[in-house]
Amino acid sequence: MTIPFAIIAVLTIAAAVGAMMLRNLVHCSLALVVAFVGLAAAYLQLDAQFVGFAQVLVYVGAVAILIVFAVLLTRGGEAPEKSVFSSSWIWGTLVAAGVFGMLAWTINNSFASQREPAEKVEATVKQIGDALMTKFVLPLEVIGLLLTAALIGAVIIAMKEEKK
Amino acid sequence: MTPLVGYLLLSAMLFAIGLAGALTRRNAIIVLIGIELMLNAANLNFIAFWRFSEHPEALTGIMFVIFSIGVAAAEAAVGLALIIAIYRHYKTSNVDEMDSLKG
Repeated sequence: MTIPFAIIAVLTIAAAVGAMMLRNLVHCSLALVVAFVGLAAAYLQLDAQFVGFAQVLVYVGAVAILIVFAVLLTRGGEAPEKSVFSSSWIWGTLVAAGVFGMLAWTINNSFASQREPAEKVEATVKQIGDALMTKFVLPLEVIGLLLTAALIGAVIIAMKEEKK
Repeated sequence: MTPLVGYLLLSAMLFAIGLAGALTRRNAIIVLIGIELMLNAANLNFIAFWRFSEHPEALTGIMFVIFSIGVAAAEAAVGLALIIAIYRHYKTSNVDEMDSLKG
């Protein structure tokens, strides 16, 4: 394990825990931004530069801002006086801990985790663009359609209801 | 280079944290944030397996993550619009207070 990876992992996990545990929703969304940046750094460690920058653009630039807007529009900015956790929180935590234990046990025992990385990996933007325009052109069109539908749908759902 | 186990464990940890948040928090926005964290953990797995695969020049892992990020963006937009619409109707964004089926 290298030192940069250890720093990235600790930072990402601490920020993710903060995003789930903090009382104030604005603090939660800011902790989430740190977790997304940590993930982008992990992608850069894995030689996936384009995905790392797409992560920063889409998640830090768009999704996090969208979440902050939603927090402010639903007046979640002030910390609630009641508990922020549901009454059955102990079961949720147990389920999550069980899932993590199961996954960690499987990862440690799997033969795939002994793999060596490929010597030299090149994923330039040119290669990705070529692949998007040739082999993956149909999924690209479909995702364009999906994003258009989601855009229109989100506007219609959030629009003020007309008084009849 | 960090072995594959490190990335897989980081991803499993993020998934578990997101799951715990989605199951225990009362506010619908935090539940959505937990789901986003779980999606990101899956993306990290795709990239890690792509980097350690035998044919990384096929770019399949990268392509899957790019499309997954696109779908996640659409999901976040629609989900937050739903939360805002529900807040306007019920005047709350806590999931345990939205307990009536009548409109």
